Amino acid sequence: MSDLEIPILTTSVEKMVNWARRSSIWPVTFGLACCAIEMMAMSAGRYDVARFGAEVFRGSPRQSDLMIVAGRLSRKMAPVLRRIYDQMPEPKYVISMGACASVGGVFDNYAIVQGVDQVVPVDVFVPGCPPRPESLIYGIIQLQRKIDKMKLYA
Amino acid sequence: MLELLAQHLPAGSFEAVHSADGMPTIYVPRETLVETLRALRDTPALHFSFLADITAVDFIPREPRFEVVYLLACLGTATGETPRRLRVKVRLSGQEPSVPSIISLWLAANWAERELWDMFGIRVDGHPDLRRILMPEDWEGFPGRRDYPVQIKAPVKTDEPLQVSAEEFAANIEASRDRSRRH
Repeated sequence: MSDLEIPILTTSVEKMVNWARRSSIWPVTFGLACCAIEMMAMSAGRYDVARFGAEVFRGSPRQSDLMIVAGRLSRKMAPVLRRIYDQMPEPKYVISMGACASVGGVFDNYAIVQGVDQVVPVDVFVPGCPPRPESLIYGIIQLQRKIDKMKLYA
Repeated sequence: MLELLAQHLPAGSFEAVHSADGMPTIYVPRETLVETLRALRDTPALHFSFLADITAVDFIPREPRFEVVYLLACLGTATGETPRRLRVKVRLSGQEPSVPSIISLWLAANWAERELWDMFGIRVDGHPDLRRILMPEDWEGFPGRRDYPVQIKAPVKTDEPLQVSAEEFAANIEASRDRSRRH
């Protein structure tokens, strides 16, 4: 190795921070219905979301960056979901997974919230009933693209 | 099956009806419900020892509007009888409907009777803890009733008060710290 090859890369703080944030999106362990089964499949070996740095489901909202709302949200559950979201540290992101979480799905009735964007701000909506694990991985990649474009100083 | 009931229950205490699904079904007056159910449970020849479910049907605009349904089963394993089921129904008026509690017969009736209140607004007299069980506690209306709308436009409630006060919470934390220090 010659003296000229110095092992240093130069970049901006913003790019580096965004790189770090998008490469380790840790979701909170929070499943509401059958979508959660697909969410678990996504994190397991066959679909292996660890390839994109989002496999570490945390048991505590204090250690989480991402909330995947996986399933239909009942009106009784809405305050609980909001409290878990409030307990997550900034920056935090929300993926609305599946038809029920996004618009109520087949549960067009008094008991189910017709879209979780009434409760928490949603970054990415993933369609499907339930979405396949590939769809959810695609949703996470979309979120990564979104994080990549975020400005540290507005 | 119905002959068996006629042998062991007082005459006129029930009215047997035909049921489309073939399940033995009887109507019982509200006043004698508890004693009839007790007889069904305790008479050795009947031995309906298992309360499978309590539910209700809303027949609006008919009067009497409600029918409360008790689903009983004789499991039949201990005494060698054939397992069998029985449906016991009670007709109720639409004006302040209520049934007596049967927790004294089956403890399992507790939550089922709370669901009866929660979904249909049928009061259960003598219930020790008649609160809503499925819907939020401050919910208005009874969703099981036929005149309840399927969709509602009410805003979503996103917060609820903490179950403990801030002082109680701090005291709990302090107590758990004391415990871990001692270990």
